[in-house]
Amino acid sequence: MSSRRWRESSRTNISEEQITQLLSTLRQLLPEIPHSHSHKASSAAKVLKQTCNYIKTLHREVDDLSDRLSQLLATIDADSAEAAIIRSLLI
Amino acid sequence: MMNTPQQVKNPSTSLKSRFITRFLGALTKINAEDPISSPSPTRIFQRYRRIKVASNKSMAYSVRSRRIWSRAMLSRFRSRRSAFSGRRSSVKTTNCTTINVTINENKTAKGGLDMQTDELRELVPGGEAMDVCNLLDETAHYIKCLTTQVQVMRKIVDFCHLSK
Repeated sequence: MSSRRWRESSRTNISEEQITQLLSTLRQLLPEIPHSHSHKASSAAKVLKQTCNYIKTLHREVDDLSDRLSQLLATIDADSAEAAIIRSLLI
Repeated sequence: MMNTPQQVKNPSTSLKSRFITRFLGALTKINAEDPISSPSPTRIFQRYRRIKVASNKSMAYSVRSRRIWSRAMLSRFRSRRSAFSGRRSSVKTTNCTTINVTINENKTAKGGLDMQTDELRELVPGGEAMDVCNLLDETAHYIKCLTTQVQVMRKIVDFCHLSK
């Protein structure tokens, strides 16, 4: 509890500008969602909410892909797979 | 191997390669220890669990201790290993209680930002202890790593389909 309060007092030293910058970095990572009302002014709350949703989506995708892999696993030959995958991803 | 002249070795490329190598190694191991010829639902579920853990572990190990979130994840894995020896750690419950208490506290606190970050803190490993700046910075890196994970796993699935 006391560490929370300590963090709050140190937060007053963090400028609004810093937070805005970090938030815009985050916003750029998020997938484009066409909203009718929010064009430019994405509030901090919106960005955070979208970030949370995006992380949950990514977690679900990892889940889903793990599930599919669990059924496909037998066909993997690691060496040739590695070479092929690295090549295709880094091109 | 990879001797294309234009290929610049930037950190994200190496991170991706490290993750691919680790994860494929883990998959090979899982495959060797538990051949797919036994298709019982329990087995498949266990394999799914192992693959998922392997994916997250491979990414955390590839990032190593360079990030707060990866350090938190790695220590989580280590404590989970010791928990399997019989000790059930109740640390997780305590953290949730703390978060619930501070939501009420923060109604009087400075920013609405604190309340809004609570959900994010639960999603990013180690998020509970970070200040806002760190949290946002770590979140960006965590998202980049998650998308790499997903990208690589998709490629592996495609590869499996192709080689059938």
